[in-house]
Order: sequence, then C-alpha cells, then structure tokens
Amino acid sequence: MSLRRTPLFEAHRRAGAKLVEFAGWEMPLHYGSLLEEHEAVRTAAGLFDVSHMGQIVFEGPGALEACNRLISNDLARIADGQALYSGILNERGGFVDDVICYRFSPEKVVVVVNAANRQKDFEWMVAHGAKVRDASDDWALLALQGPKAQGLLQPHTPAALGDLRFFRFVETEVGGKPAIVARTGYTGEDGFEIFCRPEDAEALWELLLESGARPCGLGARDSLRLEAALCLYGNEISDDRTPYEAGLGWVVKLDKADFVGKAALEEQKARGVERKLVGFTLEDRGIPRSGYRVLSGGEPVGVVTSGTMSPTLKIPIGLAYVPTALSAEGSTFEVEIRNKAVPARVVKLPFYKRS
Amino acid sequence: MAQNVPQDLKYSLDHEWLRPEGDEVVVGITAFAQDQLGEVVYVELPEVGTELRAGEPFGVVESTKAVSELFAPVSGEVVARNDELVDAPEKVNQDPYGAAWMIRVKPSNPSEIDALLDPAAYQQLIENQ
Repeated sequence: MSLRRTPLFEAHRRAGAKLVEFAGWEMPLHYGSLLEEHEAVRTAAGLFDVSHMGQIVFEGPGALEACNRLISNDLARIADGQALYSGILNERGGFVDDVICYRFSPEKVVVVVNAANRQKDFEWMVAHGAKVRDASDDWALLALQGPKAQGLLQPHTPAALGDLRFFRFVETEVGGKPAIVARTGYTGEDGFEIFCRPEDAEALWELLLESGARPCGLGARDSLRLEAALCLYGNEISDDRTPYEAGLGWVVKLDKADFVGKAALEEQKARGVERKLVGFTLEDRGIPRSGYRVLSGGEPVGVVTSGTMSPTLKIPIGLAYVPTALSAEGSTFEVEIRNKAVPARVVKLPFYKRS
Repeated sequence: MAQNVPQDLKYSLDHEWLRPEGDEVVVGITAFAQDQLGEVVYVELPEVGTELRAGEPFGVVESTKAVSELFAPVSGEVVARNDELVDAPEKVNQDPYGAAWMIRVKPSNPSEIDALLDPAAYQQLIENQ
C-alpha cells in the first residue's frame, strides 16, 4: 500500500525534509536538524504539518450528547468555542484514543483524532451508535508553536489573538482564506493550531514561513511533547492503559451521565491503581528509550514508554509505568540500559514548563 | 550523497575509521556513519585498559533518533579515549575524522589492520548503500 501524503508534501520536499513513514503517512521527520527545530519552538516559532490527524464530526440535534457518551471528559462543562482534551475509552477503561473535542455548538462537535487511530475511532463510534462523518480529508492542519507564534500570526488574521485564551478557538480567516484558529498544541509552548482547506494549505504554510516560523518535523514534535510530559498514543496510552494509570484522571468525569468505560473506571478508582505513569531522570549517564525495563531490587517491575536526551534541559528524561509504591516524587529504581542497571529518580512533571 | 572519505585511513564494514600512528591506532566513525545516525547526543566509550576484540562492540553512539553500537575494527588494549565527546557529542557530526576521534588502541594483532577496507573499497561500500 502506498503511503498517504498531506497537501504539503511538495512543500516539505522543497524545504529539504527527511521524510519517513508515520501511521501510513509520508511525513517530515526533520528538515536538517531536530535540535534546532526543537529550540526554535522553545525560543521563537516553529511550524508543523499535522494534516495527517483525523477530524470526525458529530452534527445535528443531540450531537453533544452523542459525543459525550463516547468520551471520558464532559462537553457540558465547556462553552461553544472551547476545546476539550479527552479520552475515548473501551469498556475496560483503556484508551481507544486520546482526542481533542471542539465544541462549535450543542449540535456540532469536531473530534480531532490521532492519525494511526482514525479508522479505528470512526468504526468504534459507529459501532456504539453514533452518527458521525469522517471529515479528515476536508481539512489540512498546521500547528504554529512557540513564544513568537502570536506576534507572527496576528498580522495575517482579523481574529483578536490576544483575547483567544488557551483551548479556545475561533472561525476566522488567515491570509484571506477561511480557517479555524485554536489556541492549542502539543509542545508545551504557547501556540495555535490552524485548520484550513487542503487547497489553501500550501499558501498558508509559505506565508507563515516567510513571516519567520521555522518548519519542524515529527522528531521535534516528539521531543517537545515529551519535555512537556504530554502522552503519546501507542507509547504512554493504549487499549490496556487507563486514564488513572496514565496520570490523566482529570479527563475523567465520573459524575456525568454514563459513558463507555465509566463502570470500569469507577471500580478502578475504588480499588486504586497498581501501576502509574511517572517521569524520571537518570542519575548516571545514558538515555532511556521506549521499551527499556524498569528494575527494582534486580527484578523487572515496569517499562519505559518514552525517553530522550532533553534538548532543552540537557539531561536524560523518560516516562515509565512503575508499581504505585515506586511512583512518588523522589522514589528510586533502575532502568536497564544494555544490560546495565542505571539508577533513576522520579521527578515532578512536566519536565519543562514555560515561564 | 557524496561523503568525505579521507585517503590516509582504513575502514571497517561497520563504518569505523582507523588511523595508524606508530604502534597505535586511532579509531572513530566515518562521515557517512554520522550522517546516517543524525544528530549525535550521547557517546559511551570504554575505560582505558579495556581489551577489545575485533568485531565486538566497544561503545555506543546515540542520536536523536537511534542507538548504534560501535564495533572494534581491531583487537587490542584501549590506551586513551576522547572524554571530550561526553560533554560535546555533537563533535561527532561536526568533525568525525578530527575532534571526534573516539579511542586510541594498541593492536595485539596488527595484521588485522591489513584486512580492513582501503578508501576506494569503502567509497564503493557507501555508494552501494
């Protein structure tokens, strides 16, 4: 099967992207230097093509309630024009996906899903009785991230970006083209995600690059989200990890009406979790990597889900599932790196927080 | 992609280079290797005094995207290592044949050096990859 390409594929090639397969898509890994792209987002502005992400639309009378039944968070608690991070859970309380729901009105909710899960999510929703439309091909999606994102974007849109608060969005124009601008992101920095028509994506991409944004690939996206301790589906969360285990209890609203996975979560909450996701740093040299074993007293007790040499902090950082008894800040264990037990210590998350 | 292959070095199939200096050899990784790896963020080298066996791992280089073992091009004792790479692993990308030398070895079987690739053969190897 051939790989899918976003509307920006040619623009990536022109920009010198190193292209790799990701979730069935041919996407930029970097444009020469992951580390420089990472720094651009922390200090200025970076631009990501995330058009591979999917958009599934709930529309019509009862749209909000239909969506709310399939997510763990509560759309009734936010206003129109607000976005909500949530889990879509299975009956065991594990993650089918983690998503952002955009509440346009009680009759229109757009759910942005991970590229790898797009088909699975759609089928899951349909199987659970929802009337949904996969609108993924109607949209391109750019993420403009970094402390200079607002200043860089403002000249190109009539929307008052200074009034647009975190996790709010507005239907407006960018560069004279229809767009939805949301103050959301996956980097731990201020920034925006911009939905536009596929045919407008390239002009918008070039406009933002000419304005000073640096093109950034999936490599920097991953190191940025890890410093910000944001979960990645397939690493930290999956069908057999629950929000409570992943430290995402805040996306579960047990006091709302029934939703898929609620009963399992109520039970787990009452019982307590046996393992928890923690952030750690190494106390000796090395880089933790996904899949490395966590040891305690010489025995394997957990697993690293993500790890890297933090480009911003210049220290090795990682996320791991460990027994609850080892999850408190300051707890120590070892990470097995090439048959060597390297001491590690649990630290407060996120690793990096913007000032 | 054209890569720099200095004419005064010998090369291994695993993309290490070796420079004979008196009765010792200096070892590093090639420009081709660092390009394939991407940005190097971590280097782990053996202690001075370690006995290496040709073809066996002697250290590790990690880039932002991958972990790669280093393989000894010859057998012998490590007589020096480049500790500067611990704090400045990016030198592996910037100057793979110079500042990013990795270890100095006293070969126990100098005939192993002759079995390594000459620059022309190494050039051919990387052009076929």
